[in-house]
Amino acid sequence: MASITKPLIPLVRLERNELGLTVRDYEGAMSTLCAGCGHDSITAAIIRAVFELAIPPHMISKLSGIGCSSKTTAYFVRGAHGFNAVHGRMAAIATGANAANRQLRTIGVSGDGDSLSIGVGHLTHAIRRNVNMLYVIENNGVYGLTKGQFSASADVSSTSKRGEPNLLPPIDPMMLGLSLGATFVARGFSGDKAHLVPLLKAGLEHEGFALVDVISPCIQFGDHEGSTKSYAFTREHETLVDDPLLLGEDQIVAHLPDDATTSVRMHSGEVLRLRSLPAGFDPTDRASAFAYLEERKAAGEIPMGLFYVNEAVPDVHELNETSSEPLVSVPYKRLCPGSSALEEIQQRFV
Amino acid sequence: MDPTDTTDPTYYHRVVDCQWACPAHTNVPEYIRLIAQGRYDDAYLLNRESNVFPAILGRTCDRPCEPACRRARVDGEAVAICRLKRVAADLSGDVSDRLPKPPEEKNGKRVACVGAGPASLTVANDLLPLGYSVTIFEQHETAGGLMRTNIPAFRLPASVLDEETQAIIDMGADVRYGTRVTSLRALLGDGYDAIFVGSGAPRGKELDLPGRWEETGDTHIHIGIDWLESIAFGHVSSVGERVLIIGVGNTAMDCCRSSRRLGGKDIKVMARRPRAFFKASPWELEDAEEEGVEILVNHSPKRFVLEDGRLVGMELDVLEWDERAVHSQVVGTVVIPCDDVILAIGQENAFPWIERDLGLAFGEWDLPVVDETTMESTLPGVFFGGDSAWGPKNIIWAVAHGHEAAISIHNHCQGVAVTERPPVGMNLYSQRMGIGQWSYANDFNPAGRQKMDHVELSRRFAALDLEVEVGFSAEQTVREVQRCLNCDIQTAFRAPLCIECDACVDVCPAGCLTITGNGSEEELAAHLPVARTNFEQALFVSDALPQTGRVMVKDENVCVHCGLCAERCPTSAWNMERFELHLPYAKDATVVWSR
Repeated sequence: MASITKPLIPLVRLERNELGLTVRDYEGAMSTLCAGCGHDSITAAIIRAVFELAIPPHMISKLSGIGCSSKTTAYFVRGAHGFNAVHGRMAAIATGANAANRQLRTIGVSGDGDSLSIGVGHLTHAIRRNVNMLYVIENNGVYGLTKGQFSASADVSSTSKRGEPNLLPPIDPMMLGLSLGATFVARGFSGDKAHLVPLLKAGLEHEGFALVDVISPCIQFGDHEGSTKSYAFTREHETLVDDPLLLGEDQIVAHLPDDATTSVRMHSGEVLRLRSLPAGFDPTDRASAFAYLEERKAAGEIPMGLFYVNEAVPDVHELNETSSEPLVSVPYKRLCPGSSALEEIQQRFV
Repeated sequence: MDPTDTTDPTYYHRVVDCQWACPAHTNVPEYIRLIAQGRYDDAYLLNRESNVFPAILGRTCDRPCEPACRRARVDGEAVAICRLKRVAADLSGDVSDRLPKPPEEKNGKRVACVGAGPASLTVANDLLPLGYSVTIFEQHETAGGLMRTNIPAFRLPASVLDEETQAIIDMGADVRYGTRVTSLRALLGDGYDAIFVGSGAPRGKELDLPGRWEETGDTHIHIGIDWLESIAFGHVSSVGERVLIIGVGNTAMDCCRSSRRLGGKDIKVMARRPRAFFKASPWELEDAEEEGVEILVNHSPKRFVLEDGRLVGMELDVLEWDERAVHSQVVGTVVIPCDDVILAIGQENAFPWIERDLGLAFGEWDLPVVDETTMESTLPGVFFGGDSAWGPKNIIWAVAHGHEAAISIHNHCQGVAVTERPPVGMNLYSQRMGIGQWSYANDFNPAGRQKMDHVELSRRFAALDLEVEVGFSAEQTVREVQRCLNCDIQTAFRAPLCIECDACVDVCPAGCLTITGNGSEEELAAHLPVARTNFEQALFVSDALPQTGRVMVKDENVCVHCGLCAERCPTSAWNMERFELHLPYAKDATVVWSR
């Protein structure tokens, strides 16, 4: 834990976004995570992404469950609405929060334990419902808060800090997402913000469930030679499938598509441009994403990038015909019309 | 870019802006920390090692350190370094038993110093403990040179001056008071092993305009530095009610404020150029104006107005300047009535006592040719320092010259080439005491600069030697020391340990770090989170990082030395290390001991 709060330096000339805010205006409390934790870098990447998108802090809801990763919502956008759910239940709470207020940008931060073990049942249904949110899994393959036992995402043969190998096969959140019909499936690395920040921005702009798995080394229990989720191992084995760039509407014309570029028009009107894609890979084709992920995995690589995106699937609001007006601003009389109204409804079924 | 060589003491020295800017390279942050700890004796002695006169300089220094201070780039106001120096001096106890002592046995070498000002006294301070016999020739009956004659007692009390000059003289200097040196040839003939000339720039510039020489009775046109000297020795004790000061340097400020104390009521300082181009330090201008002195800009003297052989006023052209104050045009003329005029338009060196056939070359403006490093003239064994070397500078420069000259004299007397300078060294001490614990106060304190209290105006002019500045109170001192950013606590980086987790980049409050592929200076700077604005400050570039071959880049400009990068670094690739500069003095020079 840092000895001091990050000070504000009066004369440092920070860049300002369209709202006139600096990146410092999107920060939160000081992190109490271990020095060098990948999660802190992801926090910084989220801060950067919402700063660049110029989202007003009060128009963000941030939710998390339990674990190291789930502490991090305290460390970004102190002006946002927040909810810290019980273990593994963030996806459920986020579904409710998102359904109740479609104007807020919903950011859920979870870990491999919170999402792939205790909370996997909730995650799967949030994906099926296509909740309109950014869902970040800070994935380090260990339970860091309880001294580094293997989590459900630990690779077979990856060892603990003391040398015991993991024997159980991992749940790959990318395969999980693809098989459940997730509409935005991407993986990034906490140690590569140049790649991660545009992914997060695209995920925030995606209308539907944006599942972003971020390899986030546990500095305490997972950054050793036997680990397959260490900084060094990830860097050695990662394969970047793309070089994502989110372009505003006005910039589209200036960028003529070339052969190696795939452009995906987001609901918001912006265009996500993906360059340097491997031959035969199409991020709008689910089967191609499956095949590619399987093939790279067999080759011992860790592919990174946006594997699948589909802007055409109806999201939670369209499917459930949720109120376009946030429930919080619906007058109480209309929101809760009283027992006579209930009586009336019940009479219909008599 | 090539990786930065941090093993060269120059790199870290430059990060310590105040120490870099100080001619004597005083270790400012360390003495401020000692003050913060209440270790006033230690703070005084640390100061004394480099600047020799902490109490004097704590009141009178020209403060090249303060405009350089990083704090000014961080919140607009420099740390009150100079006044903290005075705190160290005011609150320190008797340190006489900790001052260097001369050895019982002399080394047999004799050094003569001309003038007992700060430069000569510094030479004596450095050489006496090494066993030299030092003889100082002083024209007045007291030591201190221009520090005594030109700085009024309301800024520098005589007792303070006496204490610090006497501390050196008590090391065993043989001071010949009331002895003016009239011939260098004669002095050379006395067989000294080395001669140091620290005779200052004792001649005030003349203003030869119509009317200057036409007064018939007592003169009311004075040369500033001579006039101040007369006040210092009690020969002048009054001035007319209306006084005009010509010139707007620090001497002019001393003249106008002295006039205020000698009976002047309507005091005007006449400046040729606009305020932005004044030579006086801003704080001296402020102090003068607080005392009711009026400063008129764009007035150029034309003639002295006399009636019946008596000065009654001065005629001045009113000027209009271009933006850079290079070219002007006369737009009018005014006559300002006055009783006295004081000329404070500069000083010159004067060496009527140096014969020009001794092999000692004189160059431009009739200044001796002096080597900038060794302080030696073209006549081996004769050294210059202080104002006598290159014209008027200030006390701290004289001290810096004195130290260098002492090294040269020591070399010269030991048969070592004067060009052989002892090396500059450094030590780095880790400040890490534990996880998130540092042996310095690393938090950034947003407090503003403390203002020095002055004696109330109603009481201020009661006596000529009533010191105006009262010094910082304990509360002010506590607040001011916390404003220091500890620039000497360096962010030391070891590339082989870095795992590129980005923690330092993310946590840096000043946005001065980045990790990127190596490239040109411009390319690296373009990648910084906060745009680079100060190109005087270095860009640190690490060796290639082990995992990706990228480099760590740091813009030193607005780093506040909070240590968060090192705290959030999991591998101690970043560490906070106290930089201690080892500036050599005569005692560190090579000694060839032949007996």
